[in-house]
Amino acid sequence: MLSRTAENLFWLARYVERAEYLARTIDATLRVTALPAAYIGKTNEWDSALLTAGVGAAFYDHYEEANERNVVEYLSFSSENPSSIKNCIEAARLNSRSVRTALTSEMWDTINSSWIELQAVWNKGPANREELAKFLRFVQETSLRFDGSAYRTMLRNDAYWFSRLGVHLERADNTARILDVKYHVLLPEEEHVGGPLDYYQWTSILRSVSATTAYHWVYRETLKPWLIADLLILNDTLPRSLASCYSNLVRNLDQIGVAYGRQGAAQRHARGIRNRLEHSHMDDIFQHGVHEFIQEFIADNSRLGEIITKQYLI
Amino acid sequence: MGGQSGYMAVAFDEMNGLGEDLRPAYHELSRWLKETPPDALEYRRQEAELLFRRIGITFAVYGDSEAQERLIPFDVIPRIMSATEWTLLEKGLKQRVLALNMFLKDIYHGRDILRANVIPEDLIFQNPVFRPEMNGQDVPHDIYVHIAGIDIIRTDPDNFIVLEDNARTPSGVSYMLENREIMMRLFPDLFARHRVAPVERYPDELLSALRSVAPHSASAEPTVALMTPGVYNSAYYEHSFLADKLGIELVEGRDLIVKNDEVFMRTTEGLKRVDVIYRRVDDDFLDPLTFRPDSALGVPGLMSAYAAGNITLANAVGTGIADDKAIYSYMPDIVKFYLSEEPILKNVQTWRCREPQDLSYVLDNLADLVVKEVHGSGGYGMLIGPAATKATIEAFRDKLKREPEGFIAQPTLALSTCPTCTDKGLAPRHVDLRPFVLTGSSQTTIVPGGLTRVALKEGSLVVNSSQGGGTKDTWILSE
Repeated sequence: MLSRTAENLFWLARYVERAEYLARTIDATLRVTALPAAYIGKTNEWDSALLTAGVGAAFYDHYEEANERNVVEYLSFSSENPSSIKNCIEAARLNSRSVRTALTSEMWDTINSSWIELQAVWNKGPANREELAKFLRFVQETSLRFDGSAYRTMLRNDAYWFSRLGVHLERADNTARILDVKYHVLLPEEEHVGGPLDYYQWTSILRSVSATTAYHWVYRETLKPWLIADLLILNDTLPRSLASCYSNLVRNLDQIGVAYGRQGAAQRHARGIRNRLEHSHMDDIFQHGVHEFIQEFIADNSRLGEIITKQYLI
Repeated sequence: MGGQSGYMAVAFDEMNGLGEDLRPAYHELSRWLKETPPDALEYRRQEAELLFRRIGITFAVYGDSEAQERLIPFDVIPRIMSATEWTLLEKGLKQRVLALNMFLKDIYHGRDILRANVIPEDLIFQNPVFRPEMNGQDVPHDIYVHIAGIDIIRTDPDNFIVLEDNARTPSGVSYMLENREIMMRLFPDLFARHRVAPVERYPDELLSALRSVAPHSASAEPTVALMTPGVYNSAYYEHSFLADKLGIELVEGRDLIVKNDEVFMRTTEGLKRVDVIYRRVDDDFLDPLTFRPDSALGVPGLMSAYAAGNITLANAVGTGIADDKAIYSYMPDIVKFYLSEEPILKNVQTWRCREPQDLSYVLDNLADLVVKEVHGSGGYGMLIGPAATKATIEAFRDKLKREPEGFIAQPTLALSTCPTCTDKGLAPRHVDLRPFVLTGSSQTTIVPGGLTRVALKEGSLVVNSSQGGGTKDTWILSE
């Protein structure tokens, strides 16, 4: 397969995943900020939404204040923001056009028809909350449909695996970021842990990764920060956990390695990260510092992206 | 005519002939049209548009940022041709393309035709589309034009006239295929009432033609790739569509690399040799080392691999010299010179403004003529005398006097019309036809059909999609 095709598939999947993640983040933030101030404390939720999207600094080049209107606009519709939902979908469509031959018609149809539909939304912008909510839901559904059509219709060959690599690499990055930001924001000092104030904040994290119900099934406990961290970092059964992303990355890279008859740096690096996750315990992570652990992970994860690019995509 | 009252003939009509004599190939269609209420047609038309948009069959209009991706309007009334008509047309097309290939071989080798004074030398050597790089270069099986799109018009039931030969990178075949798909989805009943020759084997024919011209150094299973300028090209949809149907890689210049005069594509498993490139990139942009150094679309060294005989380009480099509008007027002579046969397809009468006698005739009759730039295409830069204002004509006159060799002139032809859906019901609109002629090592094939383009504006003779033209499905009936 052409390196450029593989690269496009990889990024196509990343863009769609990122668009969904942004939609979830905005959705979760809207819910928290709708609560009376007494429940959410003094933190600016919109600032933290920007941080989890990794665009905290760039935002202030264009806006004065991180409020709902500005942040929603910047994350959803702005052309200035290279990873706004709009730009992600635009880029996904452009990538799809360049690799149409590697996509099934169902996948193309998902991206193209969503793109057509979304034109109307971002030409005028949502008039009210209700429309915004509809838009955010639509973006999430687009991602689900895209994933579903890939899963159900693609040949299980390198095209599929490269696209899966994109999904899981992006997903791992997103989960790591949201955890990092929220931990930072919510746990400035240990004594606050578990206070009633935080309850809604923690719910909001789980909502961003669609794991509220999963948490209760797994732990059968009230929300506890360390259990949430455990779920999102180490629990292999949760599709958005770092551990699960890495099981998948290792598997997809192995499949590519077998098909091509050759292993390389990408396979080794991914296995290294997976092993570290497998042998970690929450106690150690806390001792080491959650923030440090996640920062390291984010760097390792993006390093894997570079290695995959070098090994296969250029 | 009953259900189509108000259908006013303006020229020879594909359905109604010169008057009210319904032509046999259209019997069923005419009956069906009378049975079908107009709003049912309109409903199907909307459905067709939706399908096209969803599939993403769009084209870009250069310089039109508002409408970066537009749909070519599709008219649901098919254009129909009888088996007898097709047989004649097919024979003429094969003759024409054979002559084009022989002409190209000759121009880049022995040049018999120049020595015989059939064509003036300067028309070749001073022509910017003549490629000196091709002098003495052999191409596999002496085939230069593997894919030709010959634009055909008619003004009466008896003659097929070539309006233009497209021997470089003709496009439009995806519309031939997709139009048929969509028509079969929307009008199964109408198909059941006709015996329409299928077009779906075109991709297979194309692939086998391309494989048959692989270089000697290729393996038994030659690798074919389709080269596109990229997603921003107006015909990008077609490129990806064809690559998909052929099951070959769709490559851009940056995917290819030349090593030791061999061409490779960069794949996830390393470099892979390519043997045949179906290129949809113009000569100028193929290789920055040979042609335009500022081109980022091409592959450095491609021409040297080509010269070494390690890669086949389809179409070959330098075919522009055969479809140039200045050469066009010599095509009847070219056919006679190489084949010693009378040309089956006619040419449009053409005045060469480079010749003083012709020029003075053209200047005297500008208001009645169509004047075209020799190197223009897509319907741009031409004067349609009868439709132009006095001022436009005078401005054009100056241009013509300054640079007569840049122009040819032709009479305004009453292109045949075909019933077409309009706001005011069915009305005749002018059409042309572009069949696609494939030449491989052992045979020349033409899938029965082609792209019918229709000038949707009342009275318009310009069928180009960039200028408001639409398309129709083209049906060739079996005996």
